[in-house]
Amino acid sequence: MPRRNDIKKILLIGAGPIVIGQGCEFDYSGTQACKALKEEGYELVLANSNPATIMTDPEFSDHTYIEPLTPEFIEYIIKKERPCAILPTLGGQTALNIAMKLCENGVLEKYNVKMIGADYDVIKKAEDRECFKKAILKLGLEVPNSVFAYSLEEAKAASEKIGFPVIIRPSFTLGGTGGGVAHNMEELEKVAALGIESSIISEIIVEESIIGWKEYELEVMRDHKDNVVIVCSIENFDAMGVHTGDSITVAPAQTLTDREYQSMRDAALAIIREIGVETGGSNIQFAVHPKDGRMVVIEMNPRVSRSSALASKATGFPIAKFAAKLAVGYSLDEIENDITKETPASFEPTMDYCVVKIPRFTFEKFPEALETLGIQMKSVGETMAIGRTFKEALQKGLRGLEIGHSGLDNKLNFKEIPDEKIKWRLEEPNASRIFYIKYAMQKGWPVERIAEATKIDVWFLAQIAQIIGLEKELMNTFSDKGEIPDELLRKAKEYGFSDAQLAQIMGITEAEVRTLRKAKNIVATFKLVDTCAAEFEAYTPYFYSTYETEDEAALQIEKLVKKSGLRKKRIMILGGGPNRIGQGIEFDYCCCHASFALKEMGYDTIMVNSNPETVSTDYDISDRLYFEPLTFEDVMNIVDVEKPDGMIVQFGGQTPLNLAQRLQEAGVPIIGTTVASIELAENREKFAKLITKLKILQPANGSAVTTKDAVKIAEKIGYPVLARPSYVLGGRAMKIVYDQESLLRFMEEAKEVSSGKPVLIDKFINDAIEVDVDAVCDGKETFVAGIMEHIENAGIHSGDSACALPPPTISETIMEQIKDDTCRIAKALHVVGLMNIQFAIQGSKIYILEVNPRASRTVPFVSKATGIPLAKIAAQIMAGRTLKEFGLSYEHIEKLRHISVKESVLPFSKFSGVDIVLGPEMKSTGEVMGIGATVGEAFAKSQTSASQQLPVTGKVFVSVRDEDKREVMFIAKRLQDMGFSLVSTRGTAKVLKAHGVKVEEVGRYEQGKGDMLNLMTLIKRNEIAMIINTPSGESSQYDMRSIRGAAILHNVPCITTLQGAREAVNGIETIKAKKFSVQSLQKWYMAGRDR
Amino acid sequence: MDKAILFLEDGASFFGRPLSTHGESAGEIVFNTAMTGYQEILTDPSYAGQIVTMTYPLIGNYGVNEEDVESKKIHVQGFVVKEFCRKHSNYRATKSLIDYLDGNRIIAIEGIDTRALTRHLRLQGAMKAIISTEDFNPASLSKKLESVPSMEGSDWVSKVTTEKKYIWDRDGQQNAKYKVAAIDCGIKFNILRILTRLGCQVHVFPATASAEEIRAINPDGLFISNGPGDPAGVPYVVETVKQFLGKVPVFGICLGHQILGLALNGKTYKLKFGHHGANHPTKDSINERIGITSQNHGFCVDIKSLNKDDIELVNVNLNDQTLEGIKHRNWPVFSFQHHPEASPGPHDAQYLFDYFIGMMDKNKK
Repeated sequence: MPRRNDIKKILLIGAGPIVIGQGCEFDYSGTQACKALKEEGYELVLANSNPATIMTDPEFSDHTYIEPLTPEFIEYIIKKERPCAILPTLGGQTALNIAMKLCENGVLEKYNVKMIGADYDVIKKAEDRECFKKAILKLGLEVPNSVFAYSLEEAKAASEKIGFPVIIRPSFTLGGTGGGVAHNMEELEKVAALGIESSIISEIIVEESIIGWKEYELEVMRDHKDNVVIVCSIENFDAMGVHTGDSITVAPAQTLTDREYQSMRDAALAIIREIGVETGGSNIQFAVHPKDGRMVVIEMNPRVSRSSALASKATGFPIAKFAAKLAVGYSLDEIENDITKETPASFEPTMDYCVVKIPRFTFEKFPEALETLGIQMKSVGETMAIGRTFKEALQKGLRGLEIGHSGLDNKLNFKEIPDEKIKWRLEEPNASRIFYIKYAMQKGWPVERIAEATKIDVWFLAQIAQIIGLEKELMNTFSDKGEIPDELLRKAKEYGFSDAQLAQIMGITEAEVRTLRKAKNIVATFKLVDTCAAEFEAYTPYFYSTYETEDEAALQIEKLVKKSGLRKKRIMILGGGPNRIGQGIEFDYCCCHASFALKEMGYDTIMVNSNPETVSTDYDISDRLYFEPLTFEDVMNIVDVEKPDGMIVQFGGQTPLNLAQRLQEAGVPIIGTTVASIELAENREKFAKLITKLKILQPANGSAVTTKDAVKIAEKIGYPVLARPSYVLGGRAMKIVYDQESLLRFMEEAKEVSSGKPVLIDKFINDAIEVDVDAVCDGKETFVAGIMEHIENAGIHSGDSACALPPPTISETIMEQIKDDTCRIAKALHVVGLMNIQFAIQGSKIYILEVNPRASRTVPFVSKATGIPLAKIAAQIMAGRTLKEFGLSYEHIEKLRHISVKESVLPFSKFSGVDIVLGPEMKSTGEVMGIGATVGEAFAKSQTSASQQLPVTGKVFVSVRDEDKREVMFIAKRLQDMGFSLVSTRGTAKVLKAHGVKVEEVGRYEQGKGDMLNLMTLIKRNEIAMIINTPSGESSQYDMRSIRGAAILHNVPCITTLQGAREAVNGIETIKAKKFSVQSLQKWYMAGRDR
Repeated sequence: MDKAILFLEDGASFFGRPLSTHGESAGEIVFNTAMTGYQEILTDPSYAGQIVTMTYPLIGNYGVNEEDVESKKIHVQGFVVKEFCRKHSNYRATKSLIDYLDGNRIIAIEGIDTRALTRHLRLQGAMKAIISTEDFNPASLSKKLESVPSMEGSDWVSKVTTEKKYIWDRDGQQNAKYKVAAIDCGIKFNILRILTRLGCQVHVFPATASAEEIRAINPDGLFISNGPGDPAGVPYVVETVKQFLGKVPVFGICLGHQILGLALNGKTYKLKFGHHGANHPTKDSINERIGITSQNHGFCVDIKSLNKDDIELVNVNLNDQTLEGIKHRNWPVFSFQHHPEASPGPHDAQYLFDYFIGMMDKNKK
């Protein structure tokens, strides 16, 4: 059956903000689905709260709703748009859960909306543990053995039957308390007793432990005709016990014989049929006992997942796109494989390379967090590398991680690490275990011993041993002969050694290694990812580098030029690499837009990135895609074959910027703002001179390389100061420093981060309103596209704080001044492309805090809020167009009828033990946007989207600094009128009482006076519904942090400015009056135009 | 360092490193795109006379074992890979692939840009090739290739068929329901395993067995096996098969399918580079599904040559629309080009064995 014609309008639900465990892979899948459904001519309604996504670009659907992803709001959208169908399988668990709720509460039935992709019963069967287990057993397949026990004797008998180790899970306890692992009878007695005691029905489950088993995943697709294909098999490097998202994983599976692989495949087919996933992709996880091959089924996701994004990039098979087409009626054989163009999608990709995915952690941002990996995911991003061998792919992956390694190299001297430490680092899964495997091998530990400690399969370890063996051979050869023979050098490159690693071995520079090997004609060749191992001609330009004999990129380029008879100009775009805090989806958005814009102008666009979650690494975004690490060496290899006419480095975040200088020196034509200008903006001294010349205010500042200088500068300008290393993104290691002692500590830490580059020290401006500005400039004229007012005190990283556009409280005079300053700075810096400036407004004074002549994190938000495709315009300007051609005017923004609020989403609940404090270092993983006719409505929506629902009843804590006391009265009164009760600290309580507001007085902290209750206790008891606290001065800044920390932990909205409080109260009024309305971006833009 | 050359009939050459077996070996070079199943491939008699290159670059990861063999020995003429695994890992493994190849004196080379080789074969077609660790002179290698017989028209079956008739796993078959005569053109063990599991006593005959010899056991069905080379090279099997059409259920796989095609007066031709892999989609009109199939053939039955009044086309390759299966409209006769016994490969088409059993059941009644 081809396309379904009974459906006209489809609602697609996205995944919302980026959080740990649900990253930008769902923008990739959603964007593919949007394109596929539009291509089929359906009217598309899209709902997603995340403005940084490509999928929420107004051209990707007919009705784009940036609204909270809650059943309530989706119902509003359904009521308004009346779609025929809802497609919930492409927006992660978020979308699936919402669809389930809408089905349960009858909304879908009420509005006659069909669920396509997967229906209610199927999702239930796959996601409900008991139902799933029943289904698996019915098929004759296995799940981990388990037995119920109600007494210690029964538990003992059960574990004897199952065999140690066993896992004890008490029934009906909150969050798994009272459970644990028992390795022997003695442990069992303790754990089981505790388990039985903590279960309210004295019931425990004694379950077979599969920790240490081999872990596999299969990506499965099924169509409505019951055709099923396996897209990809994945084998985990880390054994069972580490979340797949935190494991190094490899595709295809490496250590299964065909017989074992086929029985896993048979099981997957049987499961998808039994569960009944009618159309689309699913992911099924298996564990295999390493000694006897016993296979158990772990779980299934009846939807597109993080692994499907990886599988799509690993094989070239676009799972999400096909899932969307299958959902609207096509069968697999009716869909063409875009890569070969002649074969159908109903086949199983075969690979002739090896893919390694490595997770990216950001424990450096959360020093107190437990580094141990377990069943809860902790990584914030990932990199994928492709090589002809596992060894090559692993080393490429490690350098692509951008954590200071240029392959499997040593950061520590193995001789200095005690065996005890190595043993412990191997046994307890952690982010740097791979390097400890190396240290262990260097110390002579046999592979078997490491396998015993890590439970990692010897196949992987033996591969690593080969890398280390070759490294040793290289070192020995070099120290013997003073050179490395060609054949050995080539082998090193085949094993994935980077020039930087070889440079270290040979004691020369990376550039010298490059020259040397090029002279010997040891150069990278590029191979195609084509789903079919070269069996058919492939048309899709998706390449990876390796060291082989034939270069298919060169062949394809040559063929292309020959066919069209002309060489189109080429522009290369460097992406952002693995997601991390401070550098994520926003930059991928910009890179994609650059590609769209330049294609429009007739250029051939070339994308380079190593992040499999992204839209930019979809092979149909650019003319050619190179899936490569973003290092100087790897980029230059591509430059050698592509010979680009221009390169864009200002869109991919800090990663490409860090390469800019070297690339330019190597002769790469970097377009847009010059490297020198970027350098000027980063160089404090030169920049300070420029700002002074422009007669713009800036906080007193200085820069220092040595600690001594830093102390001197801080004393001169006076504490508190804002200190940070230069050339880092996301405020990495930035701190507000109140005294010399903390400054010294800071300098010590900064050394690691900035490696010799100066530290910047600014006077910290208290009590200021912070403003972010995004502008685009063509070198002469500047257009200020977005002015965002922070709804937080200055001093919290802009990426972590909420902001509103247009600014609700900034006067026209100040706005004009901001625009004027922005234009003058842009001109002075000769900005060509994007620029972001942060200002702090203190009364009528405007201070400039920071200028970044590159794409900023807020570009997608500004674009969504204003309808102006900033990144696209900037890219075209960089390629030579002028600003005038676009006919932009700020009036357009003034005419908009809506207010947009951006709020950040934090990962703290994932990191147990982390003290939750916000500061100038960015810690959020994602963002959401609320749009409304009033600031209150937009703010309330943004809070709902960020899962910080504003309360409608309960206790509100109010405590404000003296300047705010007069005004807070009105806010308090309104809260009281709405039925809230108020608690307050003494000073504020006094003022409120004097004005007839009923308020209970409480202490602020644990050490509250006498038996007076205090705020922290109330928060912990979940008795506080909202906090309004405007801090003043240094001590209360500190206080505020711990309050805020507790608030986040207990999910209590915490407001730090009067402006924010006002908006919150407005928002609460909107919620209480049920005055929410939803509106598509397209309608909002139109409303603005008509005004 | 030890060196080896893979020299192709068209003059192309690739350099690599040999395992411990040195010398020379020539045959037709083909590529296989399956990512698992090298042991099954090495022991598949259909590869007799061929040098096989694996497109998956890492070979030997799970070692070899006693069970995953498709015949009693390795049949490939040579084995070409990107990288052999030095330390395998699998609970069933009994030795490494390298030891297995070396022990069987197979010329195997690694370090080859197998993707470039595959692309070359896709563009230029399957051709003769020679691996040498001794002679690196193109002119002399070229000369040596001239004396290697071409695949087309030659009889490779006689080199791999059983010398004597035998019954597969006689002990395991006390209560067999069906007696199947299998003509061994290079039969894969998994076919015998599956038929036996489904209740057949399988009498395996040499390919040269006459119709009388086969008739003597009074079979419930005739099976024509897979095997190497060109069906046109084995007219004697074609003649034997003709004797049974319309009399007992007949089932052919791969070469057996081509032989049946010829027996039904069709024609066969050589494909450019054949189908060798485990991911080929075929559309099956018997179960109305798409099956992902295991394939290994260089020749093909010409769709146009078949009389559609008698013969129904029941299976087509979705990649290139070539014929994958036929069924006679009046007689219990059918055959498939791909390998329902898989091994290596997906089990999607295994139901065809049940179909054969069903035919014998019906015919018995």
